[in-house]
Amino acid sequence: MQLPLLLEQLLNGLQLGVMLFLMAAGLTLIFGVMGLINLAHGSLYMIGAFACASVAAATGSFWIGLAASLAAAAAAGALLEMLVIRRLYARDHLDQVLATFALILILSEGTRWLFGSFPLYLDIPPLLQGAVPLPGGGQYQLYRLAIIGVGVLVAVGLYWLIARTRLGMRIRAGESDREMIGALGVDISSLYTIVFALGAALAGFAGALVGALQSVQVGMGEPVLILAFVVIVIGGIGSIKGALVGAILVGVVDTMGRFLLPQILALMLPAAQAGMAGAALASMLIYIVMALILALRPRGLFSAEA
Amino acid sequence: MSARETAANILIVALLTAIPLAAIVLDEPFYLTLATRIVILALAATGLNIALGLGGLVSFGHAAFFGLGGYVAGILASHALNMEPLVFGLPATQSMPVIALVAIAVAALVALPIGAISLRTSGVYFIMITLAFAQMIYYFAVSWPAYGGEDGLPMALRNAFPLVNTAKPLPFFLVCLAVLAAALVLFRLIRGSRFGAALQVGRQNPTRLAAVGISPFGIRLAAFVISAMVAALAGVLFANLNRFASPSMLSWQMSGELIVLIVLGGKDRLLGPLAGAMLYVFFEYTLGGLTERWQFFLGLILLGVMLFARGGLLGILAGRTRHG
Repeated sequence: MQLPLLLEQLLNGLQLGVMLFLMAAGLTLIFGVMGLINLAHGSLYMIGAFACASVAAATGSFWIGLAASLAAAAAAGALLEMLVIRRLYARDHLDQVLATFALILILSEGTRWLFGSFPLYLDIPPLLQGAVPLPGGGQYQLYRLAIIGVGVLVAVGLYWLIARTRLGMRIRAGESDREMIGALGVDISSLYTIVFALGAALAGFAGALVGALQSVQVGMGEPVLILAFVVIVIGGIGSIKGALVGAILVGVVDTMGRFLLPQILALMLPAAQAGMAGAALASMLIYIVMALILALRPRGLFSAEA
Repeated sequence: MSARETAANILIVALLTAIPLAAIVLDEPFYLTLATRIVILALAATGLNIALGLGGLVSFGHAAFFGLGGYVAGILASHALNMEPLVFGLPATQSMPVIALVAIAVAALVALPIGAISLRTSGVYFIMITLAFAQMIYYFAVSWPAYGGEDGLPMALRNAFPLVNTAKPLPFFLVCLAVLAAALVLFRLIRGSRFGAALQVGRQNPTRLAAVGISPFGIRLAAFVISAMVAALAGVLFANLNRFASPSMLSWQMSGELIVLIVLGGKDRLLGPLAGAMLYVFFEYTLGGLTERWQFFLGLILLGVMLFARGGLLGILAGRTRHG
């Protein structure tokens, strides 16, 4: 097996991990601060992708599309929070699951209504087209490398926001004692709207970035949402650090599993069987990793509640 | 059970019997298919309700067991049809009772480890983990080409049931109805038993349960496994109804639908899942006939129920339950 191929797969894993982090950070923040499980987070991812693809098609600029995706997802998030989500904070998780499941139906069918059933396509912006050489003689898509870079920037930015700013201080205070910060005069309900819109913007941003790599279509959000659930379960619900570690772990394990398992099995089995068993096993690998981690640490690696 | 709930239950059963009668009188066999669909979905949701309604275990992964049942039916039938033995030279079969037993056993074997791991956690972790395990089984089914992969597994014939011609709609409906009735009896027996009492106290106040010396874990695991077994049985019937074991039976949407059925009808009620299934299939049929975008309106209705009518249909018909 050659080194460049391995390196390429490793970078692909990192890129997937970074995307998952953008989704999982919002989910875990919303759960940590408001105690809400939001299934419709995948729909916000889809909204971001559709906003970016349609605005980029209309204006001819990916960058305006990217800005539109942030704005559209944040606005959709704020609107949803004010209309529906804030009525769910006091409810149990079953009610939250069902109400946000209903939101998925509404948003998915609504999007299909607006944009039709055909997927949209988004081109990689000219600035980021092309490839960069890898050590050992391979090449790697510049755009994917840029996504990894953006993800790292967002992680640093989030850390700064939460650890160093007044808003972050309020978010952390909201996580540990919501009655107290309400009593201290912080407008808790607009804080919740801001947190929800922030999570939505991150999801929409992720959707827009991925939109240039795959087709933009209804239903694109839910597989990513479920992976993001695996990420935050592994990382510990409510912990941004856990979301980062979990996302990278899931991204790399999933990608490397799909790449390596068939080859490893090929050492023991005939080629056709090894390919089949390897692919089936690889598709289950992250769930097996999740089960193992939970068997050892039922509240995840970095649980905020522990 | 209050007099009003009894009246509401009688109404629901009367409606359910009216559909096949209407099908025969109006000579519309399609209504019989709808009624069978209602009964099978109600069976799966009744199974889930053992875990969710009684035990408060919000499993977002019961499609896994529902789909496993479907695949057991499809795989055994296709082996039997092609005269291929199963593993270790065991003969395959077309007999529905045998297939149902195999499906129940398989579901129990799968639910045991999944439940044991998932029940180490609670609340929102439990929801996400059951969802994740169901996805694992879904992806396995989709990526394993031997039994259809993404295309699913068609069944040439319905499984055979002794003395009953399952190929005809009415006898098949009656078989499904009998199984649902048995499952409802099981649900009532469990709810009234010592085990059921412990399960419900575990939902309402686990500390009190522990204080009388009962550990919630074993009780919940038992409820989870029983509920998976009932869901698998429903899966066998569902695959038979459609003569198709589809990966969509394993999908997360299916898990969501099963929860929707319970909550639409009214959770913690004996006939809640049946009422929910009737309402759901009614919406699917009428809204689906009016517009291609029926799921949009279903979402709106569901959201309305969640926000404003928390007891579901039975909550409206029969008033509030006496105890939470």
